[in-house]
Amino acid sequence: MLSTRNLDKSFGSLVVAQGISISMPRGERYALIGPNGAGKTTLINLVTGMLRPDAGSILLGGEDITALPPDARVKRGLARTFQINTLFPRLTALESVALAILERRDQSRVWWQSLPRYGEAIDEAFSILESLRLGAHCHRLTRELAYGQQRLVEIALALATRPRVLLLDEPAAGVPKDESGELFAAISNLSAELTVLFIEHDMDVVFRFASRILVMVGGRILVEGTPRDIARDERVREVYLGRRRHAFA
Amino acid sequence: MQSFIGVLFDGFAYGMLLFLLSVGLSVTLGMMNFVNLAHCSFAMIGGYVAVVLTNSLGWPFLASLPMAFVAAAAVSVVLERTLYRRLYRSSDLDQCLFTIGVVFVSVAVAAYYFGTVQQPIDTPPYLRGSVELMGVSFAVYRLFLVVTALLITAILIVALEYTRFGAQVRAAVDNQRMARGLGIDVDRAFAITFALGGGLAGLGGALAIEIIGLDHAFAFTYLVYVLIVVAVGGLGSIGGSFLAAAVIGISDMAGKYYFPWLGAFLIYLVMVGLLMWRPAGLFGKR
Amino acid sequence: MASASGHLAAQIRWRWIESAFWLATLLPFVVTPAYLSLASQIAITALFALSLDLILGYAGIVSLGHAAYFGFGAYTAGLLAKHYWGEPLSGLLLAGALTGLVGYATSHIVVRFRHLALIMLTLGLGLLLHEAANSASWLTGGADGLQGVKVAPLLGFRFDLYGRTAYAYSLAVLFLCFLISRRIIHSPFGLALRGIRENLVRMPAIGAPSRAHLRKVYTIAAVMAGMAGALLTHTTSTVSLDTLSFGRSADVLVILILGGAGRLYGGIVGALIYMVARDQFSGINPQYWYFWIGLLLIAVVMFLPNGILGGLGALHKKSR
Repeated sequence: MLSTRNLDKSFGSLVVAQGISISMPRGERYALIGPNGAGKTTLINLVTGMLRPDAGSILLGGEDITALPPDARVKRGLARTFQINTLFPRLTALESVALAILERRDQSRVWWQSLPRYGEAIDEAFSILESLRLGAHCHRLTRELAYGQQRLVEIALALATRPRVLLLDEPAAGVPKDESGELFAAISNLSAELTVLFIEHDMDVVFRFASRILVMVGGRILVEGTPRDIARDERVREVYLGRRRHAFA
Repeated sequence: MQSFIGVLFDGFAYGMLLFLLSVGLSVTLGMMNFVNLAHCSFAMIGGYVAVVLTNSLGWPFLASLPMAFVAAAAVSVVLERTLYRRLYRSSDLDQCLFTIGVVFVSVAVAAYYFGTVQQPIDTPPYLRGSVELMGVSFAVYRLFLVVTALLITAILIVALEYTRFGAQVRAAVDNQRMARGLGIDVDRAFAITFALGGGLAGLGGALAIEIIGLDHAFAFTYLVYVLIVVAVGGLGSIGGSFLAAAVIGISDMAGKYYFPWLGAFLIYLVMVGLLMWRPAGLFGKR
Repeated sequence: MASASGHLAAQIRWRWIESAFWLATLLPFVVTPAYLSLASQIAITALFALSLDLILGYAGIVSLGHAAYFGFGAYTAGLLAKHYWGEPLSGLLLAGALTGLVGYATSHIVVRFRHLALIMLTLGLGLLLHEAANSASWLTGGADGLQGVKVAPLLGFRFDLYGRTAYAYSLAVLFLCFLISRRIIHSPFGLALRGIRENLVRMPAIGAPSRAHLRKVYTIAAVMAGMAGALLTHTTSTVSLDTLSFGRSADVLVILILGGAGRLYGGIVGALIYMVARDQFSGINPQYWYFWIGLLLIAVVMFLPNGILGGLGALHKKSR
């Protein structure tokens, strides 16, 4: 569904991505793990179009999207969430999600008809929020919601675009344990048709949700495999725990 | 009839003046992203201090220059500590509006105390007149201005590259969050930089009187030019400001001399054009 | 679910206080007929401020050069009237349309910038147009302004010294543009604009073509500003260079912030207060006027960041 070929990106002498080639078939749940600074968020930025690669290509459903701007990629079914909440503070949760839906339906161009007329879009927004247990809070301003709830709005916004591929950047980051239940329920309930890639540091979460794992270190994909393979892989152990003798590979 | 070299030199001298007026704003903008449109008010303060000291109190001109620097720097510090620091997290619009308010107030206060006339200044006789070099006559004052500015530029560059404080400033301009994370006291570095920048503007204002005059509206009139230099040169870049100021100074002078019917149109066109080509300025980051 | 849309509909319903306000705008005809000229000027300034609100208050574009469109509209209407096309309504529409074209052209540049570069660019474009008009005195009259502007009667009503026609005309155009603005704000497009203002980065991530949206609103704002300028020409039969000046751009910014940006009525409230105050203190030396304006700006940013309407809104919430 989503694949990249030899993605490269450097900032001057700092190489943040090198020869990244991944291939994600439909419906798979991929976890992208690796130490801080490995380039995981950078990869998402490259795939979504926020960063332009120095070399390589990106394919979505077989179509080359490398030259497309970010909003065009979203229209083709590629959605993402941000590691730090990137929401609309003074819009309500409902307005935010409705906006995403209206953009998807290309109805955001309309300036001569009032918003309430778009009942279908509003209803759809409401039902997305409802499915994330935010229905009761939909009329509250985003900035007034609890952090965990805001994290759910992040996901709601991505879902509103009806993606084929969903990229979640540390969805549980910063969410206290007692609020994370909703979040994980939401992630479990994601449609089986949806291809999901999530960046995560919590290994329990990774092993619970991922069908395959990508390990990224220093801008490169170190290894890919099933959770079992990765758990047993020497190289991964090394990256996370270090070898006894401190020799640099 | 001024020769081409003459016009070039005059333009360069004017550019040096603009540089002194602008460098402080460029660096502080680069460090804190604080849009301080009242920067030229500091220049005005320096100018008026020089006028009062020289004309009314009989100080020698050269002695009043450092005082102009000190006075402007002092006011900068007070303003920064009391009012400005609350606005560092505010939106561009709020900073813009607030500092425009400060400009309005400073212009009105200047008019109240000094009237709306051009201020004369008594430059010492050894700075008047002109010198003949290679068949071209150069005004002594302008030579003095150029030498002073180049000297200050050299000091700034040395300070920036070779002192610890300079390294802190460069780090803060490059990546504020990172700099803080490394333990650099960015706020203190900023306060000092702000004071220095304001002081330099004050010095520039004092030096400017002989060349472009000083009146109550100075803070406004030259704000545009300073903003142009900063935007074109790139935020946070001393070298950028230098180059931009030189280019703007020469273009303006040449424009007024060779195409007087264009007026200031050329300068604005240059700015808009350059901004479109390089939104972050010639040497700006990103 | 009916209640979700219903909730939104309830928020944007026409309130009685709005009807009361618009009815009150008819009062000057009866109560203060001597001040009808001032009332026209307030209406014109309010329209200008409303156009700025669309780009600043709702879309977040900080412009220090919006007077460029006001002045362009003023000069267009003036030149038409000077060269024998004195009919006001068609002049108004033509001025609006042409200004809209200029707005559309410049929008391609403007929407690519943020922060300081945007402020500088808009300032620069404004100054550029002002200088151009100053230099092209064969066309514009230069610093002396445009002479020989002859405005024909509006639908049979002459523009007389009493100012009745002027006020009726300005008020009608203001009201019409207000209705259009209100529509825009409450439409899906208005929601998109607010999204841009709230978080520009998020917009492409939900598939929004932010620049296209911004170009559209910038053009609409230019049309309205141009019409406001044309109104000024028609009601005063002159066009002066200061319609393009930075002072005019700064004034309208102060007015909008004073009233409260992003609140639809902010520009109108600000214009009312500012123009009345300026009229009352017209004897005062302009220096001192700007002293108080400066203090006002400082005070507003520190204590009333959402303007007067924002302050009233907060009070209203507290009193509940």
